[in-house]
Amino acid sequence: MTDLFAARAQMAMSLAFHILFAVVGMAMPLLMVIAERLHQRRGDAVYRELAERWSKGTAIMFAVGAVSGTVLSFELGLLWPHFMAFAGPIIGMPFSLEGFAFFLEAIFLGIFLYGRDRVPPLAHLLAGVMVLASGTASAVFVLCANAWMNTPTGYTLGAGGEVVDVDPFAAMWNPASLSEVLHMTSAAFAAVGFAVAGIHAAMLLRGGRRELHRPALRIALTVGAVFALLQPITGDLAAKHVAEHQPIKLAAMEAHFDSERGAPFRIFGWPDEQAEETRYAIEVPYVLSFLAHGDPHAEVKGLKEFPREQRPPVAVVHVAFQIMVGCGLVMIAVASLGAAFAARRRALPDWYLRLLVVSAPLGVIAIEAGWTVTEVGRQPWVIQGVLRTADAVTPMPHLVVPFAAFTALYVVLGVTVLVLLRRVVFAAEVPAHVPVGMSSETSREVAR
Amino acid sequence: MTPDLMIAGVMLVALILYTLTGGADFGGGVWELLAGGPRKDAQRRLIDVSIQPIWEANHVWLILLIVLLFVCFPAAFAAVCTALHVPLALMLVGIVLRGSAFVFSHYDPLHGRGALRWGGVFALASLVTPVTLGIVLGALGSGFEVDPRTGFVATDFVSQWLAPYPFAVGLFTLALFAFLAAVYLVCEADDPLLRADFRARALASAAVVGASALLAFLVAPPAIRHDLSASSWATPLHLATGLAAVAAIVALWTRRDRLARACAMAQVTLIVVGWAVAQYPYLAHPGYTIAGTAAPVSVLTPLLVALALGGLVLFPSLAYLFVVFKRRRAA
Repeated sequence: MTDLFAARAQMAMSLAFHILFAVVGMAMPLLMVIAERLHQRRGDAVYRELAERWSKGTAIMFAVGAVSGTVLSFELGLLWPHFMAFAGPIIGMPFSLEGFAFFLEAIFLGIFLYGRDRVPPLAHLLAGVMVLASGTASAVFVLCANAWMNTPTGYTLGAGGEVVDVDPFAAMWNPASLSEVLHMTSAAFAAVGFAVAGIHAAMLLRGGRRELHRPALRIALTVGAVFALLQPITGDLAAKHVAEHQPIKLAAMEAHFDSERGAPFRIFGWPDEQAEETRYAIEVPYVLSFLAHGDPHAEVKGLKEFPREQRPPVAVVHVAFQIMVGCGLVMIAVASLGAAFAARRRALPDWYLRLLVVSAPLGVIAIEAGWTVTEVGRQPWVIQGVLRTADAVTPMPHLVVPFAAFTALYVVLGVTVLVLLRRVVFAAEVPAHVPVGMSSETSREVAR
Repeated sequence: MTPDLMIAGVMLVALILYTLTGGADFGGGVWELLAGGPRKDAQRRLIDVSIQPIWEANHVWLILLIVLLFVCFPAAFAAVCTALHVPLALMLVGIVLRGSAFVFSHYDPLHGRGALRWGGVFALASLVTPVTLGIVLGALGSGFEVDPRTGFVATDFVSQWLAPYPFAVGLFTLALFAFLAAVYLVCEADDPLLRADFRARALASAAVVGASALLAFLVAPPAIRHDLSASSWATPLHLATGLAAVAAIVALWTRRDRLARACAMAQVTLIVVGWAVAQYPYLAHPGYTIAGTAAPVSVLTPLLVALALGGLVLFPSLAYLFVVFKRRRAA
């Protein structure tokens, strides 16, 4: 394993791990605030219990998100010092604002989690709203910084290659910012909505308390469905943007080697980078041209237009893109079904609950795949067209050691979080009535 | 005052606040590890309750600090992250373990039975992070030469930090955090016996703080010893620090706990300021100065405005947090 590969692997692993916790920390407050608001308006204790249970899970996820995010902010320098020496000042504005937003999120999460009996109800609700607002804001800022790596703007280079005339706000609101922000924030809400809906659907199927899990499912599924149905719109915006600003990335996403008019949209297929062709794909004619440029006869540039050393790993990007789109389409179908049930005011049948359980991880998978598309699709550049990843890496040797160490650490953490969330979910089931014969080992232990 | 110096001042404030808040949280982990006697569980419970609502927020000072470093002094950030990769990575492992272990042991309905025996990890991680943080701060005092061929820091990735002085500073930092935590816990406790427990711990750790400070001074390379006393501010600062330290001990001894807390906070603040004065004008001695590594003014000026506006939102929120959770005992 080369040091460059180890550094990339460590960065990818850290991002993939952190993003799971970051989206929960960002989207769960919406569910918590809705439940809290319903509790305060209707005085129904079930909603209060719901807000508290969701808060517990959020606190666990937020803590791991906070520390894994700290790791990332250091890893930028530990692994990519030359990138940070160049880019740090230019994208400093969104990073600094993110620092403040994260600070506010941590402060008000503390108040929301532990302050229920210490502050008035309205202040408690507003603390939740602040967590939601600042959590979303910090996601927006981080996405702006990432967008800058795709479309670097807001600075000029001096004679000696040094950065001069930085316009921090132009760098922050770079061309890619809007589409990345919209696509990813709504992905986070959709993914978390589906994940939570899946958990409550599972509890209902196990014979859990209906009066608790049904309203929980309703809130989570509504949030998940609304944002899942928004994703085609934000995704279209993102695709058109990529087509214009990063044609190589679009070509890799579609495994599109030859420039052509009326380009087809490929479903499945395996790109052969040596032979420069994509096999076994189902091709839907004209659709790619239409999606990328809004015109079925528009020309879509193929990978052959670009020298090999400027192309990203096509297979990885293409497969990841297929996974993202596939998950998204299934989520849209599930969301539409749910909307149909809601419109007819029908109770959700068991087969639909089972479908929700199966769909629970789809949003998260789509997010991981989507980040693979945008990050691997930008290679070999760390800053598109400006700085190559290989030139940004630290001179530090033996990078495989920190990669292995942090991977092991995160595996242990990940397993622990899963075990812990399971315990918390089951433990909270106990106070009502332990269904005879259904109590797991965990809930029996707690009941003692 | 130039914008770069103002940013450096903000970073110093962030470091002080991180030490006073986050540092004390790490110190709490030390006392969790060393909990003992008839009130062992009560001690642990008090530490848990004291840290719980605020530690996430306390931790953000470190993030703010690191962000300001890479935004405003990018060359220094790159050099430090490269030469001190190893202690920084260890510090991160400590931060990750501490943060997660704390929340795991807190939220586990089975209280750490079975697969989730994490309490010990929290305490152990609470040792690693202060020591490595101290190592990093100590290491910044010497050895950061710019390689004229590459324009990048000249480093073998080891020699800048693997030396007696950084480790002595690491030990000192650990003792200081533990001292601070013990003094805070004296004020947080309602039970007089528990107060006495932490008062004894505060006095013992004050002795360790003094001893490790002496050790650090003795093993300091001549250049650092020179820097520590070079500035015309140095002598009054050292005197004030010493005074605050003595006052904290006397106040603890005479059971004026609130006063002891104020003195300990003053002492720690003065120590960090003293470190910064000795460090000035270098971020990493001798190749990386504040002025020499500063980002263009077009970056710094808008950032200062953003910091000021951010502070307008941040400080009232932070004050609210502390009022909500610490008011009863402070009143």
